[in-house]
Amino acid sequence: MAGLTYTMIDTTKLSTMEIYGKTLCDLGAEHPEVVALSADLAKSTKIGLFGEAYPERFFNVGIAEQNMFGVAAGLARAGLVPYVSTFAIFCSMRGLDQVHTDICYQNLDVKIIGTHAGLSFGQAGSTHHCTEDIAIMRTMANLTVIVPADGRETSHAVRAAYARKGPVYIRINRGFDQRLYDGGDYGFEIGKAVTLHEGTDLTVIACGSCVWQALEAARRLEKEDGLKVRVLDMHTVKPIDTQAIESAVHETRRIITVEDHTVIGGLGGAVAEVAAGTGKSFSFKRLGIPDCFSVIGLHEDLMALHGIDENGIVAAARELLGKDFEDDESWEDEV
Amino acid sequence: MLANLGYIDRELLKEYNHTGSPLGMHLDSTKVPGVDASTGSLGHGLSMGLGLALGARLKGQTWRTYVLLGDGECNEGSVWEAAMAASHFKAAALTAIVDRNRCMIDGPTEEVMALEPFVDKWRAFGWETLVVDGHDFCALAGALDRAIVRTDGPTVIIAETEKARGIDFMAGDYRWHYGSLDATKTAEARTSLESYFAQRMAKLAQNAGVDARGLVTEGA
Repeated sequence: MAGLTYTMIDTTKLSTMEIYGKTLCDLGAEHPEVVALSADLAKSTKIGLFGEAYPERFFNVGIAEQNMFGVAAGLARAGLVPYVSTFAIFCSMRGLDQVHTDICYQNLDVKIIGTHAGLSFGQAGSTHHCTEDIAIMRTMANLTVIVPADGRETSHAVRAAYARKGPVYIRINRGFDQRLYDGGDYGFEIGKAVTLHEGTDLTVIACGSCVWQALEAARRLEKEDGLKVRVLDMHTVKPIDTQAIESAVHETRRIITVEDHTVIGGLGGAVAEVAAGTGKSFSFKRLGIPDCFSVIGLHEDLMALHGIDENGIVAAARELLGKDFEDDESWEDEV
Repeated sequence: MLANLGYIDRELLKEYNHTGSPLGMHLDSTKVPGVDASTGSLGHGLSMGLGLALGARLKGQTWRTYVLLGDGECNEGSVWEAAMAASHFKAAALTAIVDRNRCMIDGPTEEVMALEPFVDKWRAFGWETLVVDGHDFCALAGALDRAIVRTDGPTVIIAETEKARGIDFMAGDYRWHYGSLDATKTAEARTSLESYFAQRMAKLAQNAGVDARGLVTEGA
């Protein structure tokens, strides 16, 4: 993306998409039935790395997303395992009818990797911001929805998607994500949240680029306020880890969700649906993009603006801790 | 047809459109054996067919993919995305057949959204384009044969048809795209179809130089 400068926190590392591209090449080497498709965004989404390695198994369909998802469905029906990449906004909106009818309805083995998600392509404006896809995609029956927190988790997700039969949507960012996970195996499993920080005062449930921010916020709240904050990396938004949410409600009674996505229907909505079913009273705050089309800007700036960064989470936690969540005078029954 | 070919039990046809039946107006490939693609939403089939054709090539398989499209369906932009890609990828194992009955739900195709010059459109997208009488099996078979021998790209057969041919009160009338028949209309339709069938058999026999009566009795 010549002409646009992304804030690179650590240029010595690979971007999340580069890690995705390399992982896909490895998968291609192991499994001859893996094929890849893009819609004139092979270079931008890094799926082009696969195309260079396996040109006969790569299809660039031009700027035609509907056709791309339909062709992917046909390839899957023929027994291949297509990985499809374009920007998240085109996966979840421009080609949604095909994703719904050709792929999800027929429960075909197509893996969709939407890049430039959330506000990670911040300068490109609302046509390229994608703050609605989690809400849209999690309503598609049969579809698994994963929002990895960093490059390493993306690599795990891309591999886990291959092993999981049926359609999978993986939402990743443009550019660099802060590294959360080191080389070791931390037991990534679809549908199982990762507890990054233990606590009993409050639980912050985050996905994508907000997970690192949540962890930083938890560390600061512990140091400055003496609070024990549980942090969950809810990388799988569907099927969501209901047990982790229920435990959080029972054990901490205060929940904050954080996502680079509209506050309507995304991670916050998914967590609320589960939490409300526990029958317990709890305090709850959803952090995300308000119901608006965001201004343009650098990803980090926009995260700060919308309060989904470390500072925003710390402020929300302090606010929540100051509330009597049952709205009565008694604190006896509260944690 | 699926029942005739043994994919589904003939008894299942009695459940058509009943609550909970696998057989609905638009077939579900996950529920009905022999259905390669769930159809119903327009503009999806050609892309999926292209994927199947490309899949066959990648896997070294020899199966051919046939996609049946409505002419009104060709209003969908995705059809032309697929048409462009099929010729770009030289998908010779893909054959499209367009039912050119000139009817869509709201009216005649040329009034609702003109398709003509229809043949020129397909040719401009790089398709071998054959126009045949869609009610003539010999013409259709000849066109399908020509599609098989083409090796450098896809073929489309534009089958000129009349909607509801053989039922005199329906034929060519777009309003019968979706309709129900009461007992009287059903009987009328059956009589009309039987007479149409007799006419067709007579014509076949004339062409073949045999006595029509035997054929009609056998067929009816």
